[in-house]
Amino acid sequence: MLGAMLGEAWHAMGANRMRTILTMLGMVIGVGSVVIMMAIGQGAQYAVAQTISTMGSNLYIVISGSTSAAGVRSGSGGGPTLNVSDADAIAELDGVTHVAPIHQGTQQLVFGPNNWSSLVVGTTPAYLDARSWTIVNGYSFSESDVRSASRVALIGKTAAENLFGDDDPVGKTIRIRQSPFTIVGVLGSKGQNLDGRDQDDTLIIPLTTAQRKVFGTPFQGSVRVVMVQAASSEAMPMVEKTVTALLRQRHRIRDDMDNDFFIRNLAAVADSAAATTRVMSLLLGAIASVSLLVGGIGIMNIMLVSVTERTREIGIRLAVGARQRDILTQFLLEALLISVAGCLIGLMLGIGGALLTNAITDMVIVISGSSVLVAFAVAAGVGVFFGFYPARKAAALDPIEALRYQ
Amino acid sequence: MADAVVRVCALGKSYVTAAGLFPALKEVDLVIDSGEFVAIMGPSGSGKSTFMNLLGCLDTPSSGAYFLVDRDVAQLAPDELSSLRNRTIGFVFQGFNLLPRMNLEDNVALPLVYSGIEREIRHDKGRQMLARVGLEGYAKSLPSRISGGQQQRVAIARALVNSPQLILADEPTGNLDSHTSEEIMSLFETLNQEGITIVLVTHEPDIAAHAKRQVRFLDGHIVSDLATPQREPAQC
Repeated sequence: MLGAMLGEAWHAMGANRMRTILTMLGMVIGVGSVVIMMAIGQGAQYAVAQTISTMGSNLYIVISGSTSAAGVRSGSGGGPTLNVSDADAIAELDGVTHVAPIHQGTQQLVFGPNNWSSLVVGTTPAYLDARSWTIVNGYSFSESDVRSASRVALIGKTAAENLFGDDDPVGKTIRIRQSPFTIVGVLGSKGQNLDGRDQDDTLIIPLTTAQRKVFGTPFQGSVRVVMVQAASSEAMPMVEKTVTALLRQRHRIRDDMDNDFFIRNLAAVADSAAATTRVMSLLLGAIASVSLLVGGIGIMNIMLVSVTERTREIGIRLAVGARQRDILTQFLLEALLISVAGCLIGLMLGIGGALLTNAITDMVIVISGSSVLVAFAVAAGVGVFFGFYPARKAAALDPIEALRYQ
Repeated sequence: MADAVVRVCALGKSYVTAAGLFPALKEVDLVIDSGEFVAIMGPSGSGKSTFMNLLGCLDTPSSGAYFLVDRDVAQLAPDELSSLRNRTIGFVFQGFNLLPRMNLEDNVALPLVYSGIEREIRHDKGRQMLARVGLEGYAKSLPSRISGGQQQRVAIARALVNSPQLILADEPTGNLDSHTSEEIMSLFETLNQEGITIVLVTHEPDIAAHAKRQVRFLDGHIVSDLATPQREPAQC
């Protein structure tokens, strides 16, 4: 019987083609916009997640405190309050996976006739692990290079392109402030960070070499920044507490004195960026859902008109033996057919629109199976929900009244 | 009486109107045996339409009892009433009441949809019934393409399709000219000769003359009950 009813529902849709198409259009626009909005929202979330993952996860930055001389305060990182042995002590703490002391600054890199200004980072091999940075060509420097202050360097993609063009940088020697450095490895590409800075425009050298040969430092062994990676995001608060306690103890800070260092949580930046895009995609979805709702109301409206128009038909059907639930099923099927057909067209248009957006802009688009399924389920739900009231109205008609209806 | 198709005892029906309770039908007793051809007559407002609605299980009585093929209709659930309308009763209306968008074959087979009959059998049956009322070859036509008399034949075919025990015809010739009316009435007579019980509402005496028994209503009562050949009507 359901087959016969489906056939009749199809007929009824065809009988008033223009009206059916217009009603369907509501669903098409609703579902289409949900799909596009979800694709854009999820794409944005994906893009932010990608950027965040290039920064390294669960990171703290410990920065040395400020100094003041003759009333002039230096700002954070100004004073020589952190040193390499602090970093070694932090590395012994529970929940800490990698610790890398950092001394960095912008320097002019020179290779033959080419020169390029880039960020030079003096650090230890742990830095690469903490930021999950890979070597695509050559090899990394080691702890012994750090101990012996070797003149070796790892070069980022952007810096390499500017100095060497298409040539392989490995084995070449560049100069920084007249000191020669041998390139031993090329870093994998990370792209921009959340500030928009190119993370690949960099040169990584051993900390000791940086301090002795490049930047120079009045206090041997002191560093301005120590990067600390916690084992997991759950371990982060504990790590922050123990690092603070350890440094206060090592620096002999009395209870009533302020810290002579700062701890910054890089994850907090990442979290807020992720939260922003999550809210954005929710908002986009919510706006799109409103059009789906409007589409559903359109279906209800047309079904109500249809029930009134076909009152006599309903009377005839009841007279020849249709049960109330047969009438209910018939009208529900019609509403469902309109919404599902509209949904399918909307899905196709939505996916097409998302792909088109991807093609003409460089926006990242993610069309997930789950979002398509959700859109489909919601559309079917809308059909049943908004079709139910008119269908029940049809089923509850009095056969005598319905037969008499002109 | 075992072969009574319709047995009505003290049947009453009142409607609630603005002026209070209006009794449309009062204490009606009537027995219609299998194979009878009954014409129900009376002026408008006499209660004959109300009576037909009750006979057709489209309405429920306010008082009294109605047995259709020995089943007490008052005791039946809505779905069982639907089933009675579907299998036991066939309706023929004044306005034909065909579904305009469906072809004739599907119109005739419509009751079979609600009996859960398969598609192929429905179509076969639909064609058979069209042939029986003299409309073979019209299976794929739409109701709007044929004349009123032909439409009424289609409606009769639809009433017959589920082999009912009772055909209820409400002014079946009301919208037809006299020549076509005669054709329709002779079709009813043929069906009756084949053993089908027919109850027909009309206010035209020459139409009623085709029936073997004339029951006349006035003000909600039966005022006369004449059978040809003469016989005493069965008591409730």
